[in-house]
Parts: sequence; C-alpha cells; structure tokens
Amino acid sequence: MINTSHMLDTAPQNYGSELDKLPAPSPQPSPPAAGGEGYLEALRVVAQPSPPAAGGEGYLEALRVVAQPSPPAAGGEGYLEALRVVAQPSPPAAGGEGRVRGAFDVQTVRRDFPILEQKVHGKPLIYLDNAATSQKPQVVVDALCRFYTEECANIHRGVHYLSERATSQYEDARAKVQHFLNARESREIVFTRGATEGINLVAQSYGRRHVQAGDEIIISAMEHHSNIVPWQMLCEETGAVLRVVPINDEGELLVEEFEKLLGPRTKLVSVVHVSNALGTINPVRQIVEMTHRWNVPVLIDGAQGVPHLKVDVRQLDCDFYVFSGHKLYGPTGVGVLYGKADLLEAMPPYQGGGDMIRSVTFEKTTYNTLPHKFEAGTPHIAGVIGLGAAIDYVSRIGLERIGAYEQELLAYATESLSSISGLRIIGTAKEKAGVLSFVLDDIHPHDIGQVLDDQGIAIRAGHHCAMPLMQRFGVPGTARASLAFFNTEQEIDLLVSAIAKVKEVFD
Amino acid sequence: MSDLRELYQEVILDHNKSPCNFRKLEAANRMADGYNPLCGDHVTVYLHMEGDVIQDISFQGAGCAISKASASVMTSALKGKSKAEAQALFDKFQRMVTGEVRPPHPTLSPRGGGRGQGEGAVDPLELDDFAVFAGVRAFPVRVKCASLAWHTLRAALAEGEKTVSTE
Repeated sequence: MINTSHMLDTAPQNYGSELDKLPAPSPQPSPPAAGGEGYLEALRVVAQPSPPAAGGEGYLEALRVVAQPSPPAAGGEGYLEALRVVAQPSPPAAGGEGRVRGAFDVQTVRRDFPILEQKVHGKPLIYLDNAATSQKPQVVVDALCRFYTEECANIHRGVHYLSERATSQYEDARAKVQHFLNARESREIVFTRGATEGINLVAQSYGRRHVQAGDEIIISAMEHHSNIVPWQMLCEETGAVLRVVPINDEGELLVEEFEKLLGPRTKLVSVVHVSNALGTINPVRQIVEMTHRWNVPVLIDGAQGVPHLKVDVRQLDCDFYVFSGHKLYGPTGVGVLYGKADLLEAMPPYQGGGDMIRSVTFEKTTYNTLPHKFEAGTPHIAGVIGLGAAIDYVSRIGLERIGAYEQELLAYATESLSSISGLRIIGTAKEKAGVLSFVLDDIHPHDIGQVLDDQGIAIRAGHHCAMPLMQRFGVPGTARASLAFFNTEQEIDLLVSAIAKVKEVFD
Repeated sequence: MSDLRELYQEVILDHNKSPCNFRKLEAANRMADGYNPLCGDHVTVYLHMEGDVIQDISFQGAGCAISKASASVMTSALKGKSKAEAQALFDKFQRMVTGEVRPPHPTLSPRGGGRGQGEGAVDPLELDDFAVFAGVRAFPVRVKCASLAWHTLRAALAEGEKTVSTE
C-alpha cells in the first residue's frame, strides 16, 4: 500500500520548475481590484505565525519569500503574480533546501481552506469525505466570486470587452487542463458537467456509432455506477453485451482475466483509474496497452485519479479520460472529457444547441470544430474558470508532493485503523490511493457515520454508488474515510478514538 | 451527545441486537420488498393475512440500527391488527418521525382509545411503543431508515407482492 513506485515520480521536485509548468500568465487585462484578493490571501497566510514543523518550510517558505519584496502591483494578478516572483531564480535563502524538496507544511495548506476552521456539533470539523467531494481552497472561491462580481459575460461571439475577457479566461482554463493532463492539443479538452457526463458522452456519441448487437464492452467489477449504467443503456439499445473484469479479495483487478475477455467482439474498454470505494489504483497503462493490441479504444474514469496522481494522458496513451472538477478542489457542475483528437473528430455531436454549430439553416446544420462541437449551450463558465484556479492551486503544490503526503497519511491511517478490534478494511490493494473503506463488527455503516458525525467527523457510509462491488465483498455497504492533502495524522488519531466511541454505543 | 442518545435509545439498540420476528414467514400469503436506494438498505416484509387481519408478520433484510429496530417494533405491534389499524398506525408513526406530532407522553398512553385521532371508538394505537423513534426527528436523513419497513408493509397490504422504494 505504501509502495508508491507505480504512481510517483520520485525525483526531487524543484519548486520553481513546478511553477514553470504553469501555463503562461494570461495576457488579458488585469482585474481592477486593488491588489486582488489572491495576494491578500497570500499575505494573510504569511502573517500568521509560522508552523513549528521541522523541515516543512516548503510551501510557507515560498510564500514568505514572496510576501517580502513583491509590490502590490496595481491590479496585479495577486497570488499568481506573487508566485511568479518566486519562480524566478530566487536567492538561495537559508533553508532553501527545504523549499525544493520534501513535504509541504500541512498546517499552512489548511489555511487555504477556510471551511476547515469551523466546528460541527461543537467539535472541530474533520473532513474525511473527499472522495465524495473535496473542499475548495479560497483561491477557487475567489475565482468564482471574481467572475460573477467583475467579469460575468457569456463567452464566444461576444464583441464587447467583458465577453472577450470571459472567453479568454474560459479558454485559458482549457489550456490549463491541457497542460495538467499533458494532452497534445487544447481542442482535445471538452468541458462537461462532470465525469459522469463525460462517460455518457462517449457512450452515446462514440458508442452508438461503433457498437452493434453482439459486440462487447468491458468494464471492471469495481466501477462506480456512472461507469456501469451508461454502458448498460448502450447495450440495451444496441444489443451489445457488457463484460466485467473480476477482482480479487484485496480489490485488485485480475489483469490476466481482463486479457482473456479481450477479443474480436470487444469494442470499448472503460475502467476506473482509482476506485472510489476501495482506493485501488488500477494498472491503466497496462490495460491500455493490452486493449490497443486489439485496436480498441480505452476510456479511463479518472474522477478519483486526478486528485491523487499525476496523470499524463500521452504516457497512458488512453483514448478518453474523464474527471470531475469538484473532486479536484474545484467547483461542482464542471468536469472534463479528454479525447484523442482523431477519435473526437470522427464522433457525432452529443447534444445539439448553440455554440456547437458552424452554420444552421432549416435544411442543414454544419457542426463546429473541436472542442466546441461537444459543448452545446452556455457552459458553466464560472465553474470552468474555477477549475482552472483549482488546477493552478494543486499544480503549485505539486501532484507528486500531494500524492507522496497522502501515501504517508494513508499508511498511518491504515495502521491505526487496523489496530481497532472488529474493524476490517475493505480494499487492501498494494497500489492504493487515499481511501479507507471499512466495516466494524456488525455495526451498520450508517450508524457508524452517524456517531462519527456527532463528533464532528465527516465520512461517507453506504454503497458509494458501487452496489455490485459491495455485493462482491458481501457487505451492504462500508464506512469510508477518504483523504485529502489537508488531512493530518492528528485527525486520524481523532477518527480512531471516535470509532472507539461507536463501539461503545453499540456494544 | 443528547440528540444522538435520543436517536439511539436503549430500546432501539436492543431491538437492533436481537430483532423480533426476524425470519422468513413460511405461511406468508403476502410479501413486499423495500429498498432505500440512498444507502442500499433493503427489507422484506412477510404477512400472513386472514381476511382483513394480520395473523402473523415477519421481516428479513439488511439495514441500520434504526431501520432494523423499526421493523422489529412494527412487526411486534401489528400481530392481530386489522389492515385499517395498521394503516392508522403507519400514519401516526410517519407524523411522529417527521416531527409533525409529538410522541405521546408515557403516562398518557392511549391504550384502549380516546385520543381523538384513532380509528373509530376503539383506538388500539399503542404509539408509545414507537415513541422511542421520536429522536429520528432531529436527523432528517434517518427518517427514511425508520420508515422503510412501514412503507414496505403498506405495499404488502395494498398489492400483495411488490417492491417499494423510499425515494
């Protein structure tokens, strides 16, 4: 479980080089706000007493360096601007070593998430439901707020100032996603309502064109309902057959069984990158390779992948990759479908409407080019911009660093929870991301969740939209604690004592 | 912890641990399945009806402490009751867990009737048996847990074999 070789680039990360990966600052006019709240936020963070953590200078230190010299440029890009200063060859400040490698300081990161400061039922909130939705850093909230207070306009075709600005921001966000996934072209990035819509888009648009009676679609036994039902609908419509790759008792996909399922009838493979209910990280690179031998495309459901792993769609060579913004510290209601350009080009539109057309007459409509062909109607503009801000945010910290921290926390939590008698962790794959699904004696997960809530701890209880998976493990549901990089070992300790209270109540 | 204590009263915890009538009813002539799609809980309610009267009743399934205890208490209370009485109890129970009416005071138990809202002159609605579920009011999400068995019962009474959902 703590073997991170599969997922982590273990090379030392240079803070500056991380920043270099960020898309170039947008050339558009800066917002008129004096200083911009981002900058103020940065200052606020810095102004607070620095955490005592040894060696944790990383993130905070970077901010501190920023806070000193940078002038509050009139209408400056704020936070981003500030960080850009850091990205430039910075003087080797004392403790500089800590800035270029090692873990970030979690207490500093937590200050970026104001929601974490609240109390629930009189106890400090401990948020361990990140696989359902993650909390949003202030920069994301600010981006949404800024759009609606200063920049709101509809995008594309607008000739006025605000519309041009909104369009440019929207398309900037597309470029950010492109770089984030390392896609070849920005037109390969389609904005959707979420991962679910991305899968439905492929099922309906690609599937209806290429799948016929007797064909087969392969998914795995650990899929979320959103990667089961769209395919069942397609199968019902076309007469195709859904095949399911089995998993072992640890919750690992049986690759050799998968290989056996592949065949001339296979028309599409759609598997989850990281299981939301178990945390299993699937060997998606291998799956893609095997599938491509049959010239069959692969869709990866990355809803739980992108928040924890550095994803490179070119390295994976997957044909489609979907994720949701809100699990990546971004807003709800926005997501991404990545598709290889040639595949997307050949697919018919998913929905008809404005923006997806080139010309319309009552006789004939010609469709717009990628990616607009798949973005009918006014999109969630603010959400897309917010997602861009979220990507900036996690990229600044670094997905590798986030992943490494979460792995440590997962190992700690796994050990701590395993020490509780009567507690059984469901999902013990060797390659795992921050999910701890468990059952406790014969106490129903809902009852566990209820008692934990009373102690300010938010977890999820139930089937996690993966009912077939629960049946596979012979449980009606599980209690699931899912981690983010703002969670701490101390919170895990509190979870452990809260579980002891659950046992007390139901003993 | 007061709301929580009120939710998980001793009686509920006891019924959860050793539920009454938790078995398949071989003589059943009616049954229904109930699902709560939110949490995946399910319950099967078996009825042996003679005419309009519930001669025997049992349940099976998987659910949380609240839903299991609710099914347990419900099946215990309904043996020998008529369809109309069961329906009246369902209504009262529903109103109580949603907070529409307060639970009866234990010392003012309406055994034997006289509480106004009953079915005719005889009011066999021993709602105080169910008063332990009043704590559910404070937890809107759990109302469905408490009501699952009841909805399922109603389906069994109405249609014979049927599947219901709390949604």
